[in-house]
Amino acid sequence: MLHLSQVALRPFVAALALATVSVVAVNAEDAKPADKSLANSLNPDDKTAEKDDKLLAKDAAVKVEDGKYFDAEGHPTFHVTENGKKFDWYAYSGYRRYHAECHVCHGPDGMGSTYAPALKDSLKHLSYEEFIGILAGGKQDVSSSEQKVMPAFGDNKNVMCYADDLYVYLKARAAGAMGRIRPGDKEEKPEAAKKAEKECMGG
Amino acid sequence: MRAVHLLALGAGLAVATPALANEELMKHLNNPAEQALQTVDYANTRYSKLDQINASNVKNLQVAWTFSTGVLRGHEGSPLVIGNMMYVHTPFPNIVYALDLDHDAKIVWKYEPKQDPSVIPVMCCDTVNRGLAYAEGAIILHQADTTVVSLDAKSGKVNWSVVNGDPKKGETNTATVLPVKDKVIVGISGGEFGVQCHVTAYDLKSGKKVWRGYSMGPDDQMLVDPEKTTALGKPVGKDSSLKTWEGDQWKTGGGCTWGWFSYDPKLDLMYYGSGNPSTWNPKQRPGDNKWSMTIWARNPDTGMAKWVYQMTPHDEWDYDGINEMILTDQKVDGKDRPLLTHFDRNGFGYTLDRATGELLVAEKFDPVVNWATKVDMDKGSKTFGRPLVVSKYSTEQNGEDTNSKGICPAALGTKDQQPAAFSPKTNLFYVPTNHVCMDYEPFRVTYTPGQPYVGATLSMYPAPNSHGGMGNFIAWDGVNGKIKWSNAEQFSVWSGALATAGDVVFYGTLEGYLKAVDSKTGKELYKFKTPSGIIGNVMTYSHKGKQYVGILSGVGGWAGIGLAAGLTDPNAGLGAVGGYAALSNYTNLGGQLTVFTLPN
Repeated sequence: MLHLSQVALRPFVAALALATVSVVAVNAEDAKPADKSLANSLNPDDKTAEKDDKLLAKDAAVKVEDGKYFDAEGHPTFHVTENGKKFDWYAYSGYRRYHAECHVCHGPDGMGSTYAPALKDSLKHLSYEEFIGILAGGKQDVSSSEQKVMPAFGDNKNVMCYADDLYVYLKARAAGAMGRIRPGDKEEKPEAAKKAEKECMGG
Repeated sequence: MRAVHLLALGAGLAVATPALANEELMKHLNNPAEQALQTVDYANTRYSKLDQINASNVKNLQVAWTFSTGVLRGHEGSPLVIGNMMYVHTPFPNIVYALDLDHDAKIVWKYEPKQDPSVIPVMCCDTVNRGLAYAEGAIILHQADTTVVSLDAKSGKVNWSVVNGDPKKGETNTATVLPVKDKVIVGISGGEFGVQCHVTAYDLKSGKKVWRGYSMGPDDQMLVDPEKTTALGKPVGKDSSLKTWEGDQWKTGGGCTWGWFSYDPKLDLMYYGSGNPSTWNPKQRPGDNKWSMTIWARNPDTGMAKWVYQMTPHDEWDYDGINEMILTDQKVDGKDRPLLTHFDRNGFGYTLDRATGELLVAEKFDPVVNWATKVDMDKGSKTFGRPLVVSKYSTEQNGEDTNSKGICPAALGTKDQQPAAFSPKTNLFYVPTNHVCMDYEPFRVTYTPGQPYVGATLSMYPAPNSHGGMGNFIAWDGVNGKIKWSNAEQFSVWSGALATAGDVVFYGTLEGYLKAVDSKTGKELYKFKTPSGIIGNVMTYSHKGKQYVGILSGVGGWAGIGLAAGLTDPNAGLGAVGGYAALSNYTNLGGQLTVFTLPN
C-alpha cells in the first residue's frame, strides 16, 4: 500500500487496477516523479538478452508488496537493478525452479529444444492467466509428424508453489530484461515468500 | 543339438543351467551379414567382421538409398537386418517397418501401436527408443508406454504383448531388450519420477513373467543372496540395500534400468547398470543408496545376482550408471582374463573381471573430470573401490541452496547411453564422449506420484579452458586405462560407434555428419552430412555380397536441448562458446535412414 501514490502518476493504470481507483482519485493532483526504486536497471552490454522495449514498458513494475513486484495489470513482474546484476527474489527463484523442472524439455534459459517451444518467445504473447492455465492443465499438440505434449503440473507442488516465480523469470527472459545468465545477485527472500512456500509445500 | 552347440561354445562350465543358449539367435549373431541385436553381439563390442569397406576405400563411400521414418523426433538405436529383411523402428509412436532388401527396401509390413500420448511428457528428455531385438522368428519391441510386444518377423502379426509398468506413475521405456535363451530381459525408466526400478524376464514364446529383480529394497525383491552375492569380493550381507536408505525412501529410490544389456554365454551371466537414486537432491536421501549406480551381474534364468559393484555411492550429480558393459577377453599382467569394461557417466572408465566382479582399472577417460581425485584401488583401505570425492564439487557437502560450480562432467556424463565399440584387432575401445561441465544446486522437493522429482538446478556448458567444443571421440586402452587418441568435436558425440574388420571406426555427430576414422590413428577418412543431427548408432550389413553402412538421423534426446547455459558473465562466456551455443544453426528436426556403400 505504501507505493500506491506513485501509481497515480500513470493514468492508464487507474482504469485497469480497479481496486486502486479510489486511492488514485485522492492522490491524482499531487503528481510526483516516478518511484525510481521500481525502475529497472539492465545490463547494457548483454547481447544475449534480446531487449524488447515494448514489453519492458508493459512489464514495468508499478508497485511492490513485500518484495513481490506487480505490473500495471496487477500481475507479478520482475525487477532488475544494478546494471542487470541484481534480480528480485521471484525472478531468481524462478530461474532456479525453471532449471530443475522445465529445462529438460524447454531447454536452458527458455531457449526451447527439438521437442518443446522456446518459452522466452511464448511468454511474449501468453497472458498470466493463460500461463497458469497451461502450467496446471498441460497442453497437447499431436499430429502425424509431431507429438508435443506438456504434462499437467496441477498436482505438483514443486512446480505450482512456484508458479509466480516461473512466470516472473520467463517474463524477464521474454522482455529481454535477463540474458542467458544465472542471476548473480538477488533481493533478500521476502517473509511472504517464506511463509507461502511453507504453507504450499507443507500442506 | 543344443548341448552340442553349448560345448562348441566352450561353455562346459555351465552345469545346472535349466535353459541353454538360444541356438537360432546365436546363428544370426555369428553371421556378420546380419544384425540381430542393437548391441551387434552379446558382448556389446559393436564390432563387425565385415571388411569390404576398409580404411583405404572408405573415402569412396556414397549414398545407396534412403528411407524416411515419418517421425520428427530424436532417433536413437539402429535398424536390424535378418536375411533379406531390414527392420526399422521410430521414436514415439514406436512404428516398426519391415523392408525387403531384395526389392529396393519395399515396405513389407508396418506395425504402429496405439499409445496414449500422455506418456510423452512423462519421458525425461524426448521420446527416443533404442531399438528392436530379434530372436526365434520374432521382432521384439519395447514401447514408450512399457508394453513389450513380440511381432512375427515375416508378417508383423502380434505373437503376444505384455505391460511392464505404469506410465501414470512415471514408468516409461526408451531401451531395447535382451533376448537370452528362452527369455527376454527388459528394463524400465522413471528415475526422475521416483520409480523403484527393476529388470524383468519374460518368457520369449508366451510373454509370461518369469522373474523381476529390483535395484533397491529387501533382498528378496532385489534377488540378492546375502551370503552368495558379492561386492568387491565380499558377500553383501543381509539388507545390503535397506541399510543404505533412510526409512522407506528406497520405495521411490530410482536406480532405473534404461541402458544396454550384455550377456556371457560361458559364464551364463548378464550385465547391466542401474541409474541414479531419486531425487537429485542428495541431502534428502542420506546413505549410499544401494544399489543405485551399480554394475550388476545376474543369472538370466533366475535373476539371482552374482555380484554387484556400486560406482557412485550416494550420487550427488546425477551420474546414472546405465551405460553399456563391454565384454572382452584380454591379457592383464600376462594372464588371460574375462573382462568387463564400462565407461560411466561419472567420467571413470572401469575394467573389472566379469566372472568375479574384481575391480582392476578405474581411470578418468576425460582429463577434465574433477569431482573425484581417483577411485581408491587400495584393497586394504576402508574406502576401497569408492571414488575420493573433492569437497569443493560435492553438492552434498556444500548443501541445499548452494550452487556448486565448475563440476566436470555435467549431469549428462562424460558419456551417456551412446554406446562405445571395441576392435579385437587393435584392442582399443572407441568412445563417443561429452566434454561438458556444470553448476549444480540442490534444493528441497516433495514427492507426488507420476510427477517429476528432480530437486536440483543445473546449468551446463562446454568444459572450460579446453578446445571450446562439447565432445570428443576417443580411443581407449581398457587394460591400462589410457587415452590412445582423441578427436575434438564441436558438439557432444551422441551417436553409437561401430568398429569393423576393415580398420574403420564409424560414428555420427549432432550436426548430422556420418564420419569414418582410421581405427589406429583416429584420422578422418570420410564424412557426409545427413539431413538431421545423429543420435543413432551406426550399423553395417551385407546384402548379395555387398557391404552397406546404415545410420538413423533425427536430432533430439537430451542432446536436443542445447547446452550452453548458466553463464554468469554472458559476454565472456559466449565469447568463448560463441557459435557452439545453438545446435539449431547447424541442423533441423528429421527422421531418416541413410544407407551407404562403395560404388560398383
